[in-house]
Amino acid sequence: MERKTIHSVTLDTDKCRGCVSCMRRCPTEAIRVRNKKAKVLYDRCIGCGECVRVCPHHAKIPAFDSFDMIHKYKYKVAIVAPSFYGQFKSQYDINLILNGLLAVGFDDVEEVAKAAELVSEATREWMKNTQDIKHPIINTACPTIVELILVRFHGLIDNLLPLQTPADVAIKLAYKKAKEKGYKDEEIGIFFISPCPAKVLALKNGIGIKSPLVTGVLSMAEVYYKVVTALSQIKEVKPLNKAGFLGVAWASSGGEALGVNKEKYLEASGIENVIAVLKEIENGKLENLDFVELNACTGGCVGGVLTVENPFVAKAKIREFGKKIPCIGSTNTIKNAGLTYKDFDWEVVPTINDVFKLDENRIKAMQKLEQIESIYAKLPHFDCGVCGAPSCKAFAEDVVIEGFSIDDCTRMDERTTE
Amino acid sequence: MSSNSVHLEFDVVGNNFVSAGSASNEVKGILKQLGIDPLVIRKIAVAMYEGEINMVIHAGGGRAIVDIFEDKIEIVLIDTGEGIEDVELAMKEGYSTASESIRNLGFGAGMGLPNMKRFSDKFELESEVGKGTTIKMSMLFPE
Repeated sequence: MERKTIHSVTLDTDKCRGCVSCMRRCPTEAIRVRNKKAKVLYDRCIGCGECVRVCPHHAKIPAFDSFDMIHKYKYKVAIVAPSFYGQFKSQYDINLILNGLLAVGFDDVEEVAKAAELVSEATREWMKNTQDIKHPIINTACPTIVELILVRFHGLIDNLLPLQTPADVAIKLAYKKAKEKGYKDEEIGIFFISPCPAKVLALKNGIGIKSPLVTGVLSMAEVYYKVVTALSQIKEVKPLNKAGFLGVAWASSGGEALGVNKEKYLEASGIENVIAVLKEIENGKLENLDFVELNACTGGCVGGVLTVENPFVAKAKIREFGKKIPCIGSTNTIKNAGLTYKDFDWEVVPTINDVFKLDENRIKAMQKLEQIESIYAKLPHFDCGVCGAPSCKAFAEDVVIEGFSIDDCTRMDERTTE
Repeated sequence: MSSNSVHLEFDVVGNNFVSAGSASNEVKGILKQLGIDPLVIRKIAVAMYEGEINMVIHAGGGRAIVDIFEDKIEIVLIDTGEGIEDVELAMKEGYSTASESIRNLGFGAGMGLPNMKRFSDKFELESEVGKGTTIKMSMLFPE
């Protein structure tokens, strides 16, 4: 299977100074500095956006489509993630924000929060009716979490909730509506307004779905600046908001778990915290829990690198918006949406990413491992990054696998013998 | 290359809950690099983690010696702690001599040794009161 045909970050080579900040932060050791430029090993990249966040020279560019792309389509739908609401002042209401999207050129909107309520319903049903359920079940709405497990936590694949995400469901509903209105496929433009580059990748490549229907994925920050300036020109506010607080709450960490309605759950956000929790699960320590909600960005989707507002401020604003809407959208059920529980199931199970495997042949893998260990023993164990690898261990691997010279370590003579 | 095995040794520091689990974590990473089945890795990791924690809680630390062969892993955990008085009782699920303060940290559920045995294909425990405990576990890699 062809994985990752597009990438979630690209490099502005003029701005990159090869400073190793991003390399040291990357949770999957997916960055090397070669010839004074940060190079991403894309088969290891999980799209978390940490490198974008940490780069002091703003050389890391998250991937998204240009807003102007929407004008190529006759019927343009904005798929609005609930984190979008958290960017605006809480004096506004969700209806006004959604009307703002019409004001900047969209013909219709579809709330991801509405779909989220349906996914919550499907999740509750799935957890009730699935035999021999794993403990704990791990959420799959954050694509970086799924990728992280596929790359680093293979033993937890069966713990993943095998249901489609609210964004995927919202896209499907928007497509269905467009077809019902009589538009041809080439006339329909479905655009997700994304808080992060991971969703750009996930929605285009599809996680758990066979044929992604999204046309483009836009930067939340870019759309926000357009909409916020258009709000004052809105004359007629149409009733577009169908989602209740339970759906909107998915914008921040803990929201998804709220909808699952299980007593024994845990929620964690921020890539380092998430990795710590996954290690606990791998060690068999959290089997008393039913559900674990993990989000790669601190605070949840409101913490994505394509957002403008501080995630904690955004979370507070989401709460304010929530006071103005019902708890659950009144007519918002799977049945009313014309769907069945089956429609939420994963169509394909994502495959393990074996990128850390040293060799297909186990004996050869063991020999390589021995070589790596013997190289590693000669290194200073500073993990300084000067050689262009994130740690002495990673450098030893690069020497054995990629054929780099051990002399690329310039601090070998500083090594103190143990 | 010397032989078809990988030999690793780790110091497990006693009473340090922060670093506890680092040896099993490293072994987990190595098994992943060797392409061992993820579910088998998980069993090995849980068993070794429990063993490490036991040494941290009860024995003031110890040493973990790991040998990885083409078809199996052998883990030897050696400590010079207080030893186990009644091995049969210690192997019972839910039995624990961990103190209240240890239990408050979320350890000491009495599942450590039973889990280690359950996840091993071969399990040997030798203990002498006042001298220490040695545990040998081996797990096969299914083809």
